[in-house]
Amino acid sequence: MDQTLSLVLFSGTDDKLNAAAVLTAGAAAIGRPVHLFLQYWALDAFRADRIADDHGLAPEAGAEGLRATTALRAAGQAPWHETMRQAKELGGVEIQACTLSMDLLHITEADLDPLVDGVEGVTAFWLIAGDGQVVFI
Amino acid sequence: MTVTTPVAKTVDARGLSCPLPIVKTALAIKELASGDLIEVLATDPGSTKDFTAWTKSTGNELVESSVDGAVYRYLLRKK
Repeated sequence: MDQTLSLVLFSGTDDKLNAAAVLTAGAAAIGRPVHLFLQYWALDAFRADRIADDHGLAPEAGAEGLRATTALRAAGQAPWHETMRQAKELGGVEIQACTLSMDLLHITEADLDPLVDGVEGVTAFWLIAGDGQVVFI
Repeated sequence: MTVTTPVAKTVDARGLSCPLPIVKTALAIKELASGDLIEVLATDPGSTKDFTAWTKSTGNELVESSVDGAVYRYLLRKK
């Protein structure tokens, strides 16, 4: 299956970024090209100086979710940015930052982690997505 | 006389959660030659289904799949 999978990353909490990283790495492992588009709070989490910070959890995680993810981390689960790095190592994974979100958050390309390949607008994103699947996280 | 192909590489993915056992294997197998055997050790209970599906989709062969206590062992042959 060589149809590009397009993932829009909107949420900036560690649980959702981890889910996105797992989906990306899984797709890359079966040789499927993945195109990630970073918007809003997800883009903020890819700032070079904040990528390794604690980005918290989505509200639905609650206290039990916090306990579960803390236990996973203590057991040595890789952080999401590490999983994303490995997915990129497999090849076929491209990460682009949304220009509108860059403006909104006053982020320049120099502020972003090297995991990010470049910057694009929403038109470019849709043209690359074509008729393929789009996942919004 | 029994001819056995030696294992060219072992991936120790014990303690790693999904999808890292597959990701590490996919990275490791890139460096091998066609026909080489690779052994994977994992503790992720979902890995059996993942390795079955992954070998099917990539064309690599799942030669053996076994479990010893909490450790899953897969023997794969590169396409």
